[in-house]
Amino acid sequence: MSMSELGSLSGNGGTRLAGLARYLGGGRDTPLGLLAILILLVIILSIGSPYFLTAVNLLNIGRGIAIVGLLAVGMTIVIISGGFDLSVGSTMAASGMVAGWLAMQGVPLPVAFAAALALGVIIGLANGAIISYGRINPLIATLATLAIVRGCGYVVSGGREIVISNQAFQKLGVGTFLGVPYIVLLLVAVFLIFAWLMPRTLFGRYAYAIGSSAKAAQRAGVPVARWRITYYVTSGALAALAGLVFVARTGNAQPSAGAGIELDVITAVILGGTSLNGGRGRLSGTFIALILLGVINNGLILMGVPAFWQQVVKGSILLVAVLYDELRRHRVEEA
Amino acid sequence: MSGPLLEMVGVTKSFGPIAALHHVDFHIGKAEAVGLIGDNGAGKSTLVKILSGLYPPTAGTIRFDGREVSFGSPLDARSAGIEMIYQDLSLCGDLDVAANVFLGRELRRRVGPFRFLDRRAMRRAAETAMQELGARIEVDRITGELSGGQRQLVAVARALQFEPRLLLLDEPTAALSTEKIRVLMSVIEQLKSRGVSILMISHRFTDILHVCDRIVVVRQGRIAGELAPRAQPADRTMAAMHALMTGDELGAAA
Repeated sequence: MSMSELGSLSGNGGTRLAGLARYLGGGRDTPLGLLAILILLVIILSIGSPYFLTAVNLLNIGRGIAIVGLLAVGMTIVIISGGFDLSVGSTMAASGMVAGWLAMQGVPLPVAFAAALALGVIIGLANGAIISYGRINPLIATLATLAIVRGCGYVVSGGREIVISNQAFQKLGVGTFLGVPYIVLLLVAVFLIFAWLMPRTLFGRYAYAIGSSAKAAQRAGVPVARWRITYYVTSGALAALAGLVFVARTGNAQPSAGAGIELDVITAVILGGTSLNGGRGRLSGTFIALILLGVINNGLILMGVPAFWQQVVKGSILLVAVLYDELRRHRVEEA
Repeated sequence: MSGPLLEMVGVTKSFGPIAALHHVDFHIGKAEAVGLIGDNGAGKSTLVKILSGLYPPTAGTIRFDGREVSFGSPLDARSAGIEMIYQDLSLCGDLDVAANVFLGRELRRRVGPFRFLDRRAMRRAAETAMQELGARIEVDRITGELSGGQRQLVAVARALQFEPRLLLLDEPTAALSTEKIRVLMSVIEQLKSRGVSILMISHRFTDILHVCDRIVVVRQGRIAGELAPRAQPADRTMAAMHALMTGDELGAAA
């Protein structure tokens, strides 16, 4: 093979890569590097463990990331808009408790689910209003609502979990369509819908604008407070949805559900290339990072690494992702 | 219909006990370029922020095009035909050029009950706008990656996109090279010839002298005086401006 052929070959590969980049959303912040790491890891694990590439194992990974994934969609949007939402774990638990309790009282499931989603919306409204009108740092504001909502969950339930005997509810958690669990389909659908909406609607456009410069957006006439609240409401509603998934999967509603889950959610979002400073990020990046984290977790288990070490690995990945984000920001500032 | 495009009568703005503007009477004619000059804290920014809808006045009335107006938000002022270019340009660095040009007033198309961004129409309109300004900037470039002069042009394109009647410029020359200032000043001359009125805040007296029909000096929240730069030699205007700004009565008399 001559050098010119080599050149044209790699050029071809370049356009194919560019085509893939466009497919994933185009331009800046396309998560191609992450995708390459994921593929590499999948290859290594397939060679290392005969069990890894089985349908059972892959669906297990899918089930394992469903809840974190739903929370990560809302978190990505909130962080792009320059905010932060630590309250997702407790919102998830509280919403699950509401749905579980109502279901056990014989309330029809759609009504119970609607009530759970309504609670998520209300918590989101509260977060957004406190942050927008109270001008309080979103980290502190949602740390407070995290504690308040978690506490209320314990107070109301007396700390007891609610065991769900409703068959239809449990069916949603374990049921499959063409072999794929409902909850995995739900996760993929939610990702696709929001990834499609972000570049095509004011909802998405203003998340990037406000995260980039809230002052500039305000001066251009964007109703910043109203949109910020919308993003927290989205996050709250998705957290409630995650709460329903939790109850359906485990068969019980616990006030302690999702404790500490923020770590996993934020790791996926930041590793996926969303900037902590707001203004940039992609749901496709979050999605790939989510799968990557699920695969890493699965790989650690397959290789028999003790569970305690998994926390250490997760924390380290978050640290690396944040360092990379910081590095990239400095490069942009120097340019 | 004659009469001024904009008229402020007895406009006062207080922040708590501090009055930034006291009973200011001020007007701008159609296609007139007015310079607004004063020390830091004299009240010129407050005046401009009232006109751009960022602050409501505490008292007084504002008439625009013969009608009394009150702007509750920047969008109110923009839809009335008042555009503002801020000193820091107020662009979103993470958005592309087209998105910045249409920020706050995105074009959308209706699909059933939903409305989606019409990205192609905005792109095309932004391309035309940049060409009209003689700028060779691709509209899908990320704004934060452009040079200072290019960003200035994006801000100008945004202000002109919806055909304003009055353009407010806050220190437009502060961050520009001499050459870029010349380009900007020619844009301003063009706008005047198209009938757009201009109110410009500037510290650079020489820029203001060349393009402004009238210069208004603000001091301690009041209008200290007015000058007609075209009616007298530049050094006389400069001397009078300094006198009005510092309150040196002897100089003002000269």
